[in-house]
Amino acid sequence: MSGATSLNAAQVASLSPARHYEDNPATRDRPWVKWSILGISLAFFAGFLLLPLATVFVEAFKKGWDVYLAAITEDDALASIKLTLIAAVIAVPLNLVFGVAAAWAIAKFEFRAKQFLITLIDLPFSVSPVVAGLVYVLLFGAQGLLGPWLDAHDLKIVFAVPGIVLATVFVTFPFVARELIPLMQAQGKEEEEAAIVLGANGWQTFWHVTLPNIKWGLIYGVVLCNARAMGEFGAVSVVSGHIRGITNTMPLQIEILYNEYQFAAAFAVASLLALLALVTLVLKTLIEWRAALNARDHQQESAS
Amino acid sequence: MASLPRHQVLPGFRLTLGYTLLYLSLLVLIPLSTVFVKTASGGWEHFVAIATAPRVLASFRLSFGAALLAAAINAVFGLLLAWSLVRYRFPGRKIVDSLIDLPFALPTAVAGIALTAIYSPKGWVGSLAADHGIRIAFTPAGVLIALIFIGLPFIVRTVQPVLEDLEVELEEAATSLGAQRWQIFRMVIFPTLLPALLTGFALAFARAVGEYGSVIFIAGNIPMVSEIAPLMIITKLEQYDYTGATGIAAVMLIASFILLFIINSLQAWSARRIGRKI
Repeated sequence: MSGATSLNAAQVASLSPARHYEDNPATRDRPWVKWSILGISLAFFAGFLLLPLATVFVEAFKKGWDVYLAAITEDDALASIKLTLIAAVIAVPLNLVFGVAAAWAIAKFEFRAKQFLITLIDLPFSVSPVVAGLVYVLLFGAQGLLGPWLDAHDLKIVFAVPGIVLATVFVTFPFVARELIPLMQAQGKEEEEAAIVLGANGWQTFWHVTLPNIKWGLIYGVVLCNARAMGEFGAVSVVSGHIRGITNTMPLQIEILYNEYQFAAAFAVASLLALLALVTLVLKTLIEWRAALNARDHQQESAS
Repeated sequence: MASLPRHQVLPGFRLTLGYTLLYLSLLVLIPLSTVFVKTASGGWEHFVAIATAPRVLASFRLSFGAALLAAAINAVFGLLLAWSLVRYRFPGRKIVDSLIDLPFALPTAVAGIALTAIYSPKGWVGSLAADHGIRIAFTPAGVLIALIFIGLPFIVRTVQPVLEDLEVELEEAATSLGAQRWQIFRMVIFPTLLPALLTGFALAFARAVGEYGSVIFIAGNIPMVSEIAPLMIITKLEQYDYTGATGIAAVMLIASFILLFIINSLQAWSARRIGRKI
């Protein structure tokens, strides 16, 4: 499921001298064509993307600032914010280490069935979040394969924090790897080989040669991974058990408030996550801009 | 290097590949295999009975049908949006470009309650529709709207880079040979975009089939009418019917595998068509 979630290489092209399609008679559309396409597509954009985003904030502040503040500082809301942060703080580094290891093995070495391995890494993207949650219930639930053993040792995974972390790891599994594999494949391995030949050890080579090269892709993967980790709903909903104040993450808290017709409170918590989404998009744009600048500097260096 | 093709200079192959396989197996492959182990232990006939129960079949029809329709609608409007972003200069273009990814970044539950607030009979758009006797939220139309929301960026983000890479010279040559704009689009541009468009379509469809969070609030979840397949899994789980939930999950997992295979083939085709390595 690449393409849609990876660093947009097209942005890199758009920084290079703008190609003015509208100044070229061969690529210029007639005014009525241009305005029709622009009108239709922007209306679609406004109706389907802008309107829901605006609605979150309008509904959150409908009953005023006091109600908003009370809603997000209420005990259960604070507990849900804490749990969401815990899940992300554990899941993101785990998938970061995995992503770097997988990208190193896949990009720097040749082995059989490599393409198949990449497909398997992508798998969690195409599995329904509900199915992702279900598999952990089947493994660790009371009736699950390991249920009796866990019970005998007084361990609880499903309907407790470990289950929420596991489900979060599953749904955010490919993000960092997906970002780094094509990036490191494109960069080849000559620079690393030179470092090793010159006497650096593996860790020094990674730290001083590879990491600076993949920095922006890495940060980008982490940002996306984090956004999904904090916002995951379906998978977490299955394994959480919805115990108020204990196993509710922010998205689950939103669901409970909404189903209790506390709309203003539900949208207040939702507005925090919408803010996180906007910050993610701003970071994404900044990173793409930095990566494009780097790529351009790199081109100029190799040209001179 | 050529004289020693099998010699590895770089360290860490065994460690990183070993860790990758271990982590992948423990967190993804073994957990997913439990779905098939559990389904197999129930027997084939029991599985068929679960998967073809009328209420389950209705949920499959809705999930797959609405996902297909949403992906088709997104293919049309996503292509127009990608075209606008690449070909036209207009104020706010950069902001629109950045916000296209909103459905990736916005948690599904947030999208779900926002869409419900807009399209419910008391909502801004919903009340306008209600005046004409049309109900959107709490019907299959609501499901469709949620799936359009989450699928749009897949189309735009797969078509946009191909459109930007398109050689202007092709259009210049076609123009100088006397072709009209529409002919150029139909016979030169569209065939080049097609693999990317189909890839985006398949990605949007795959995502929409399994979507849960943005749909359940607006769907109303009426049995046989607006219940999606992932919700059926949750409903069965809440009734402690683990075999039932797993049977539905097995069908959805097989659909995911098939879609993943199709998407991979489409991406390979797309890469060949635009002459780029994957």
